[in-house]
Amino acid sequence: MRSGIIAKKVGMTRLFMEDGKQIPVTVLQMENLQVVAQRSSDQHGYTAVQLGAGSAKAKNTSKAMRGHFAVAKVEPKRKVAEFRVDPENMLDVGSELTAEHYVEGQFVDVSGTSIGKGFAGAMKRHNFGGLRASHGVSISHRSHGSTGQCQGPGKVFKGKKMAGHMGAVRITTQNLQVVKTDADRGLIMIKGAVPGSKGGWVTVKDAVKKPLPENVPFPAALRSAEAPAVAEEAPAEGGEA
Amino acid sequence: MNLIAELEAEQIAALGKDIPDFKAGDTVRVGYKVTEGTRTRVQNYEGVCISRKNGAGIAGSFTVRKISFGEGVERVFPLYSTNIDSITVVRRGRVRRAKLYYLRSRRGKSARIAEDTNYKPKS
Repeated sequence: MRSGIIAKKVGMTRLFMEDGKQIPVTVLQMENLQVVAQRSSDQHGYTAVQLGAGSAKAKNTSKAMRGHFAVAKVEPKRKVAEFRVDPENMLDVGSELTAEHYVEGQFVDVSGTSIGKGFAGAMKRHNFGGLRASHGVSISHRSHGSTGQCQGPGKVFKGKKMAGHMGAVRITTQNLQVVKTDADRGLIMIKGAVPGSKGGWVTVKDAVKKPLPENVPFPAALRSAEAPAVAEEAPAEGGEA
Repeated sequence: MNLIAELEAEQIAALGKDIPDFKAGDTVRVGYKVTEGTRTRVQNYEGVCISRKNGAGIAGSFTVRKISFGEGVERVFPLYSTNIDSITVVRRGRVRRAKLYYLRSRRGKSARIAEDTNYKPKS
């Protein structure tokens, strides 16, 4: 299992292909995506990498997190997330990931916080049909209708679909295709829509339901300019492990 | 300029399309690439542009209406489609609407559009 990435949703656009096809794409941007910490099986009980993305002002970062970033010798990050990895795919602390982590045509799962819709009725929230426009229906055209039986159960069953708060929950969209990557600007273009609003953070992982292409970089696509820095840190890593 | 606008401007430059200045009311001839089996040819579609949508950006499109064998036909073309070989303006029309959907309910003489004789190209 490879590490995923943290990216920011920039917005949507379209790409015109040579064969005349138009592809709607969501543009995701990776900003200063670095490994902040490692999780090892002997120390924590599982293996994972903790990545940090974006840049936060030091004055707006809590003292605890400042110390955490200082240990990793990285700038304060805006967003931190953990990704489970196999022990052989462990990444060194401080190494920076690039957009080449994903190859064109591969499938990914994207998670993010969906746009909040507030208190929504049953029609919007659960795609109910509502009541008729006429034939005696008054005031309750968009109501959910009956919620159960009679004295039989004498209650409304738990989990009954009703009006309530909608959106602003973590959603994973599976099997989205990577159309294009741009390593210089850290852009990943993904076919179709991705949960969340513009400027929101999403995590991208290799699709669990599709085979991984053979030419994906292992353990991850790391910035080559950082290679000397990574090499310097490598002995320190060895000492830690 | 934000990143999306930048990407779209780059793509427009990369596509290298030469879009003439035209608006609703103009008669245009669109050369559209048609693939039949393995060979492609260019099919001309000529009619009145009855609407331009979403500006001149990458998402822009236009609708062309013509009367074919007595039946009104409308086609929507994306402005920057790679299937479009050429767009030529045949005639400039003088209209007072941005969207000429009223032409759908008109036939014959009342569906004519006066020619814009003093058209000045934008510098």
